[in-house]
Amino acid sequence: MAIKGQVWKFGDSVSTDAIISGKYKFKTIDLDELAKHAMETLSPDFARLVKRGDIIVAGENFGCGSSREQAPLVLRQLGVGAIVAKSFARIFYRNSFNVGLPVVECRELPDRTNQGDILEVDLRKGSILNLTTGEAFRAKPVPEFLLQMLEDGGLVEQYKKYGEFRWSMSSR
Amino acid sequence: MGKTITEKILGRASGRDVSPGDLIVSPIDACMAHDGTAPLAIRAFREMGAKKVWDPSRIALVIDHIAPSSSEGTSNLHVLMRQFATDHGIKLFDVGEGICHQIMPEKGYVLPGRVIVGADSHTCTYGAFGAFSTGIGSTELAAVMVSGKLWFRVPESIRCLVNGRMPVGVLPKDVILHILGLIGADGATYKTVEFSGDAVRGMSVSGRMTLCNMVVEMGAKNGIVEPDEKVREFLRGRTQAEGEYLKSDPDAEYSKVFEVSAEGLEPMVACPSSVDNVRPVREVEGIEVNQVFLGSCTNGRLEDLIEAAKILKGRKVKEGVRMLVIPASREVYLEAMKMGLLQILAEAGCSIYGPGCGPCPGGHLGVLGQGEVCVSTSNRNFVGRMGSKESQIYLVSPLTAAASAVTGELTDPRKFVEV
Ligand code: SF4
Repeated sequence: MAIKGQVWKFGDSVSTDAIISGKYKFKTIDLDELAKHAMETLSPDFARLVKRGDIIVAGENFGCGSSREQAPLVLRQLGVGAIVAKSFARIFYRNSFNVGLPVVECRELPDRTNQGDILEVDLRKGSILNLTTGEAFRAKPVPEFLLQMLEDGGLVEQYKKYGEFRWSMSSR
Repeated sequence: MGKTITEKILGRASGRDVSPGDLIVSPIDACMAHDGTAPLAIRAFREMGAKKVWDPSRIALVIDHIAPSSSEGTSNLHVLMRQFATDHGIKLFDVGEGICHQIMPEKGYVLPGRVIVGADSHTCTYGAFGAFSTGIGSTELAAVMVSGKLWFRVPESIRCLVNGRMPVGVLPKDVILHILGLIGADGATYKTVEFSGDAVRGMSVSGRMTLCNMVVEMGAKNGIVEPDEKVREFLRGRTQAEGEYLKSDPDAEYSKVFEVSAEGLEPMVACPSSVDNVRPVREVEGIEVNQVFLGSCTNGRLEDLIEAAKILKGRKVKEGVRMLVIPASREVYLEAMKMGLLQILAEAGCSIYGPGCGPCPGGHLGVLGQGEVCVSTSNRNFVGRMGSKESQIYLVSPLTAAASAVTGELTDPRKFVEV
């Protein structure tokens, strides 16, 4: 599961309100419509310019705030390939796996990566390579059942495929 | 080795001895979604191809975020929720019943020792009743509606000991703002915040709800308070079921311990635009205010209206300031009416609206314009949370909100209350 793309850099505490404002999310669940407003307070051109496979790099506590799943969903809808951050807010982290958006914790990378760099993220191997600078990083390991969920394309797809949730299988 | 309340609850629920870091699958005792999250959950439920929910009596749907609807788009999402509730025999609390986090305990879905999830980050509020409760996303909520189960990582616990007498003019909101300033907006990520000490025992259930409500603002998974007689008293007549009144063992392990002396506390404010940008109100007094909001799942309860009314009785909201009062539930609204609080507040010049989230999620009823300042008793002050990205939100206690409404500027309420 290697993902390669160009970096969009953000700071600490990017809230779910910043990713997709509450004023849009109550009116529709049409993701194309919502995605137009993704990140608009932080980076007004983001939704228009982000390319399929691009990678968001951010500081601490990415996705803090509300439980809105619209946040990882609009980023996935725009084609964001992965998010690498120093840390994630808990619900955003879970939501991302559930909707099939790869998120990776790495404390060192964000300070050593710039806007526009090219990254290659391999979730299974837990490795991240900055192809622009040549520097390699280790990602914080992810439990196996979450990796599987990503590979299945998220929780809905997994249920459709197996007719049950794989976490309940692992607990038997 | 001893266990914390949270470890005991998750251990019993998953049927094994658990320690922090363990991954478990737990049966869910009750779950909830509101109009901001239920529509996506319903869509995920349908996409999964599911036909039936696991147990309709354990699911609650609430229309509170944009209630009543302010646009056709929102109305259509409400219609979707009502239809789903009817199709599956699920109880739906419609416009005007109140905020999900107030309804869940009032209507008997919350009991000590239970495992509760909600598609809303402030689901952590029910820790005030000694329950394990935490926020999840819509797709997971769909998975719970299908299977009645969910995975968790057993959290480490942080202990917050609050001892001593709370000074006059200081409320539970000031305590939690102070703690938030100490721990920081990501200082408790993935963890439990357990509150104890005689000041917490001395608080009402309502005050403890204010504490637990805001633990997610530190990134925590759940907040918890040892359940006691006050919880039993609150639950009387609301449910037939008996909860489990658990205590943390004296030798339970905590990843950190914070000790706060209540005596030294004063009215606090979280300044724009992060929840941990906390200072004593007196340091930032004088900032001009356009809107004051008294309400939300943090501070929209009877006790909060009583505190605000202490200052507003016989006084007026300053001209040029609009003060919105939104009781957290119909029960709170009715009690406030019977006690004459609504009259006091209305005479002071407050506008009182039907129960719900009000301006807190930024969708309707008091959206802020460019350059406007709102003093609010809610829990989040992120850029653009209540409207324009050029507006500012100061988070305070009900007393500070009322004092600021009277003067038209951010004001330390101790000027108005007997010290
Ligand atoms: S009152 Fe505010 S924080 Fe509470 S549930 Fe409603 S929108 Fe969320």
